Amino acid sequence: MIATPATELTGEFTTDGRRTGPVLMDLKNITLRFGGVVAIKDISFDIREGEIRAIIGPNGAGKSSMLNVISGFYVPQEGEIWFEGARRPPMKPYEVARLGLARTFQNIALFDGMSVLDNIMTGRLNRMKAPLWAQAIWWGRAEREEVENREQVEKIIDFLEIQNIRKTPVGRLPYGLKKRVELARALAAEPRILLLDEPMAGMNVEEKEDMCRFILDVNDEFGTTIALIEHDMGVVMDLSDRVVVMDYGRKIGDGTPDEVRANPEVISAYLGVSQE
Amino acid sequence: MEFLYASEVLVNGLMAGVMYALVALGFVLIYKASGVFNYAQGVMALFAAMTLVGIMEGRVPFAHLINAMFGVHVSHFGWTVPAIFGIALTALIMVGLAIAVEKLVLKHLVGQEPIILFMATIGLAWFLEGLGDVMWGADVKVLDVGLPQGISDGIEAATNDWLGYGFFIDKLDIWATVIAAALVAALVGFSQYTKQGRAMRAVADDHQAALSVGISLRFIWIMVWSIAGFVALVAGIMWGTKSGVQFSLSLIALKALPVLMLGGFTSIPGAIVGGLIIGMGEKLFEYFIGPMVGGATENWFAYVLALLFLVFRPQGLFGERIIERV
Repeated sequence: MIATPATELTGEFTTDGRRTGPVLMDLKNITLRFGGVVAIKDISFDIREGEIRAIIGPNGAGKSSMLNVISGFYVPQEGEIWFEGARRPPMKPYEVARLGLARTFQNIALFDGMSVLDNIMTGRLNRMKAPLWAQAIWWGRAEREEVENREQVEKIIDFLEIQNIRKTPVGRLPYGLKKRVELARALAAEPRILLLDEPMAGMNVEEKEDMCRFILDVNDEFGTTIALIEHDMGVVMDLSDRVVVMDYGRKIGDGTPDEVRANPEVISAYLGVSQE
Repeated sequence: MEFLYASEVLVNGLMAGVMYALVALGFVLIYKASGVFNYAQGVMALFAAMTLVGIMEGRVPFAHLINAMFGVHVSHFGWTVPAIFGIALTALIMVGLAIAVEKLVLKHLVGQEPIILFMATIGLAWFLEGLGDVMWGADVKVLDVGLPQGISDGIEAATNDWLGYGFFIDKLDIWATVIAAALVAALVGFSQYTKQGRAMRAVADDHQAALSVGISLRFIWIMVWSIAGFVALVAGIMWGTKSGVQFSLSLIALKALPVLMLGGFTSIPGAIVGGLIIGMGEKLFEYFIGPMVGGATENWFAYVLALLFLVFRPQGLFGERIIERV
């Protein structure tokens, strides 16, 4: 694929008729090393506004490292990250989050001691601007902000169908619900890009179906751009508009699910050698 | 009469407990937000009190050092500073200390084991103790910020009229109780209702998750150490006024330990209740049991109680249950 500057692109349609917009994030020639180990080797791809972009690959392919590069947890040794048409300088993870990238974690990172509601409210911390003293005594702007943010959060709680557990401490919830709360917290930030690290990992079939539905609904209703990592091939193909395939830190395929499925290198590396 | 005397002991014990709680509070704050047991909390109280005295009396910092190096004889600037400005200035210095600790120590130990951070705070304690002595001299200083002291005549007279027995209650203890209550109310309000407080609780729970919602860990650490520094200042003022500003002030941290074991290391209300139980318990124990065993039980009662808690309820009264999932 030829890299095109973000500014020149306008909306276009993918093969199955879903709308995708201009390039929102462009990763160019990213290389990440840990000492002598090369985790990501010269990878380029882009994420377009409004699409669901999947990164797949076998275990150890460097998918999670890629997500950590995007969310600022790792700083790549080489390569450029362009976001909304401007080159992003090396940043701390919290600065990346403030730019509008929200993420979830493969092994769930929630605030166990806090209620579901409080957890989701932390997603909106950076939207509160009232001075400290006003917040402490619940006055003026602070009150308005808290009410507005609370309304947003309640919408998300309704949307993800977790009304009945909103006051429960997160530590007590079962795994599948924790994953959903984590998604809710990321959504609360109203992110430009939502990054999901193995959203379906460790779930049973029913939970997987629920999560699939939520991801699609989020994309449809809020128009949220989503980048996700997953190694359940079936799930990914149903869900995503475009797929990047990684193997041993390299990119071996990039395109619509159908294109990727037909790619011989992908078949041999990921799906095993074709039996036909 | 016997009963009234015991009640007086009880009230005095509760008030002594408030003083313990003040120290324990500083530990809880830092432990909650960063999982570090800050050994230097007691020394921070000493350092804050020394600095406050130094500023109020207009002492020249590092006077001994300057005299030795340049062969001069400076000791005082010749002015005095009102208590309120002295306290504000000292609070600023404690914020500066928090920033220095984050930049010079914590930043370099991110992701290390808690025991390593604990060792670093021991180092910090020794350093601060030395710094305090070099800056302000090692003499015993008198701290007077204008808090009333001595037996409250009003209460003695009132209880004498009412019950026929005058309660002896120190005015300083009453003030300590009022100030501690205000401090705790402010802290609880801050951590429950403000954005920064919510961020602080978030950091205490999970660093990665906190980063992912846009919280700067460094900012929160500096904030928490500043607040702990301020709490240390308040504790330093109370204890310094009561018994003079001297090295033994830093040892009040030892009394805070049993308080923490009772109340739990992670609970602000726990620190208060723990302090009250220890203060009340040791006074009543001394009054009722002391005479039978030859007295001086106050020296060990708190530690024995803490030991019992460690055996039967290691997380303390209000601490989080320690559950390891296998």
